Parts: sequence; structure tokens; C-alpha cells
Amino acid sequence: MADKVLMKGNEAIAEAAIIAGCRHYFGYPITPQTEIAAYMAKKMPKIGGTFLQAESEIAAINMVYGVASAGRRVMTSSSSPGISLKSEGLSYLAGADLPALVVNVQRGGPGLGGIQPSQSDYFQATRGGGHGDYRMIVLAPSSVQEMAELTVKGFELADKYRMTSMILADGTMGQMMEPVSLDLEVAPAPEKPWATTGTKMKRKHNIINSLFLTPDELERYNFERYDRYKKIEESEALYEEYLTDDAEICIAAFGIASRVSRNAIDEARKIGIKVGMIRPVTLWPFPSAPFKKALKTVKTFISVELSMGQMIEDVRLSTDCKVPVILCNRVGGVIPSPDEVFECIKNAAENGGVE
Amino acid sequence: MSTRQFLFSGFGGQGILFAGKFMAYKGLTEGKNVSWLPSYGPEMRGGTASCSVIIGDSPVGSPIVSKPDILIAMNLPSLDRYEEAVVPGGMIFLDSSLIERKVKRDDVTVYEIPATRLAGENGFPTLANMIIIGKILKELDESQPDAVEAALGKVISAKHADMKDVNRRAISLGASL
Repeated sequence: MADKVLMKGNEAIAEAAIIAGCRHYFGYPITPQTEIAAYMAKKMPKIGGTFLQAESEIAAINMVYGVASAGRRVMTSSSSPGISLKSEGLSYLAGADLPALVVNVQRGGPGLGGIQPSQSDYFQATRGGGHGDYRMIVLAPSSVQEMAELTVKGFELADKYRMTSMILADGTMGQMMEPVSLDLEVAPAPEKPWATTGTKMKRKHNIINSLFLTPDELERYNFERYDRYKKIEESEALYEEYLTDDAEICIAAFGIASRVSRNAIDEARKIGIKVGMIRPVTLWPFPSAPFKKALKTVKTFISVELSMGQMIEDVRLSTDCKVPVILCNRVGGVIPSPDEVFECIKNAAENGGVE
Repeated sequence: MSTRQFLFSGFGGQGILFAGKFMAYKGLTEGKNVSWLPSYGPEMRGGTASCSVIIGDSPVGSPIVSKPDILIAMNLPSLDRYEEAVVPGGMIFLDSSLIERKVKRDDVTVYEIPATRLAGENGFPTLANMIIIGKILKELDESQPDAVEAALGKVISAKHADMKDVNRRAISLGASL
């Protein structure tokens, strides 16, 4: 414990990004993620990096496009309404196959919504807020330690697959402090022969572009991209299981919802209910395998979410709707209490999943 | 001690978040699992600040304290809002120089500390929070000087090291009550 420091989740993301070799940050302030920008503003000038508060979220994401084109690790961060503004840029990053890290510390929506925690950007993150066929690797931390570790992982995966990684956190994850070890292992960034780093008169110039007016060519790029996505789905899904061995009821929850659920599970176990949890760490690729495996013992799934029911669709898809999947949710910035989740578990145990 | 849930609440400017941070750091230096979660909503801008602190031997689940074992109420709205939430057998520490009414519950232990008055009289008017911290540590039998010192060393940055002494004095004053 001696080497651990107390940090806010937002600060842990910023420090981990610097440790991962990110020297370029572009952002625009919005609660509840502003500490990321504040941290970068303080640190980047001291280490020869760039901190730039852009005139808007749209400007910031296009600056990210520029640095990513030049082959350097780069990030931006925002919260829900700001991510909507960035969505055009996310689509362009995907279309140009550029690696970048984008952080969304979610708040309640839609619209300007509120500033309290939410998980209602799940669809936007996993299905793409921007246009066109594309995916982002979506990482969902559930502790300050994971805010740091998944930031590093996000950069690594982005470089490996030439695509955007998104950290999908929420207001509590961003604002809470927990002990964190910053002794993080970082794999060196791979060579980027495609980047616009100067030809030195030794090669043909590289072009970074997302415009392809020939349908055959555009189709080929889409097919190629989805071959890559398939590899990611096969090899990069991450999850954590909690007491699933004998579970008849299984909670699916990520981020703050998984923390609340853990308390509820411990209480339910005390009265003999066989309940466990699968916590997706990657939301895309969604970890379907543990859900399929859980069907051996599980009679009911409960999706605990701070949304009107978004991840629940992936739980149903992963289990081919073979058993009931119930939604246990609060929205608008309200976080379900462990008691509410406990009641949901108890109902499922008594009624066998009938809503 | 397995897990202890603290809820600190008061006006913005009373050092609510700092007091919570001190307790969290104290837990950290003692090798405990800790979490600290501030209110960051509009109420913070309107004057009320609160923070949830959990200190325990096992990993912290939800970082949100909705049923505190220990409530620290530094103004009347905080006591009004959270008194009922305290677990039976829990503790309420309140600043009796700012809260005139009595606690209604009879199943909790109440400590009335005239912290704001004492802080003013002793020349550190902004440290009513740390006087209350001192009292909490005493009642929990956790006021060992080296543990306090370790936490102060973490929570006060090197830049503000000159503030350590006055914080130390406020804590000892609280612990002497």
C-alpha cells in the first residue's frame, strides 16, 4: 500500500495518459470531467507536451485527428453532451483508421441533461454516435485503479488496431478518490509507417483521408475494417466474474452499477440467494462468452444500469434470450442504492424472473 | 472494525471535503481500503458540500454513503437532511455553535462540539472541521499522534507545509474535549 496515492478518477486518467506517452491533449471543459483538462493544463507544459483548450469540442476532436495522423499518442475527454459534439470527428477518425483515446465521463441526458452520473451513453459508445459502419473499443472502469490501467490499455489497443478507444466512465468514477498505484506497465508504441511524419525524400507521401468516392474502394476499406473488428471480438473481450460458479441469478453491470451491485449481492448471499455478477470491462467487444457459459446455472439475468436499459440488449443477444433478463435501473443522475438492487434480486429469486 | 461509513456535510468553505480527505488518507496510511466521493452537484455551488468516506478491511463496494455509521453535520441543513439516515447505534458529531437544535434520534450517540466558536477563540477560525476530526479520532480511539502525523503529511501538500502545525493543534484541541 505504501506506493499508493489517493487520486480522483479523472486525475488518474490524466496521469496514466502521460505515463502511456500521451503528450497531446485537446479538450473543452464540462462537468464532471474537467479535472482531466485541469491536470493536463498543469502537467503538459512541464514535460514538453501540448495542452490546448479548444474553442469547442468539435475543434478539439479535429485537433486529435491531426495529431493521430502524425502518429503520436493523443487524447481528448468530455462528458455526454460534449461527446455528441465530437461524434462527427469520431466517425472521421474511424474512416481514416486513426488511433486515439477519447474519454467520456458520463452525465445524465438526453440534451444538456444534468451533471450527475449516468450510463446512458452505452448505445452511443458501443453502436457509434457518428455515421457509418464503425466500432470503437469501449473500456468501462469500475475503480480509480482501473481508470488508470484502462487508459494505458486504451492507448495500446488503439495503436494495435488503428482505431479509437473510448473510456466510458461516469460522474462517480471521475469524482471519487481511491488509492491508486501508478506503477503501470506500458508497452512501447508500435511503428506507424502510415503516419504523416515526413517522407525525408525516401518514400512516397502518406495520405490520411476518409473520403473514397469509388464505391468498390470504400467497400473494400469497410470489409477490411470489419475483419479487424472480428479479430478484436475474438481476442480482446475483458470481464470480471463475482460469485458466478453456482449462481442462479446473475447480475450484469459495469462501472458504478457493478460497485453498487456487489454490496447487494453480498447481502443477498447472506440470506441464501445464489446470485453472482458478470462485469463487462470491455463493452465493445462485449464479453458474450461468460454469459453463454453462465446459462448452465443461471435462471434469470438482471441488468443493473444507470440508463433506460441499453446494455440489457447485449445481455439478451449474448444469451439468445434463453432466460429472462430483467432491468434494474435508475436514471437522470440517480444511482440505485444497494437496497434497490437487493430488492430486485429478491424479486427475481421469488418470482423466477417474471417482471 | 470491518467497514466504517462516514458522511461529512456542511457549508462550502467549512473544509468538509478536506476533513473527509484527511480521514481517507488516514485509512490509506494504515493499509485500509478507502474511498472518498464528494458531492459535485448544483447544491455544492449553492452552498452545501458533502462527501462520503468509506474505510474498511475489505474492498469498498459502492462508494456512496447513504446510511452513515458516522455523520458529521457542520450546519443545520445537514443535520435536517441526514439525521434519519444514520444507522441505529451510529454516531453524530455536530457543530453546536452553528446548530441550535438537539438531535431527535435516541438510538445514536451524539457529540455536540462548539467547533466554530472554539476555532475562533483559539486563533484558527477556519479549522472547526479539524477540531471535529480530533474529537472523532478520540471517540474511535484512533488519535495516536503518529497516525495523525502520517495522514497530515499526505493530505497537506509540501507547498502548504506551514499549515501542518495549526491543523495538528486543532486536532489535539478536538481530542481533548
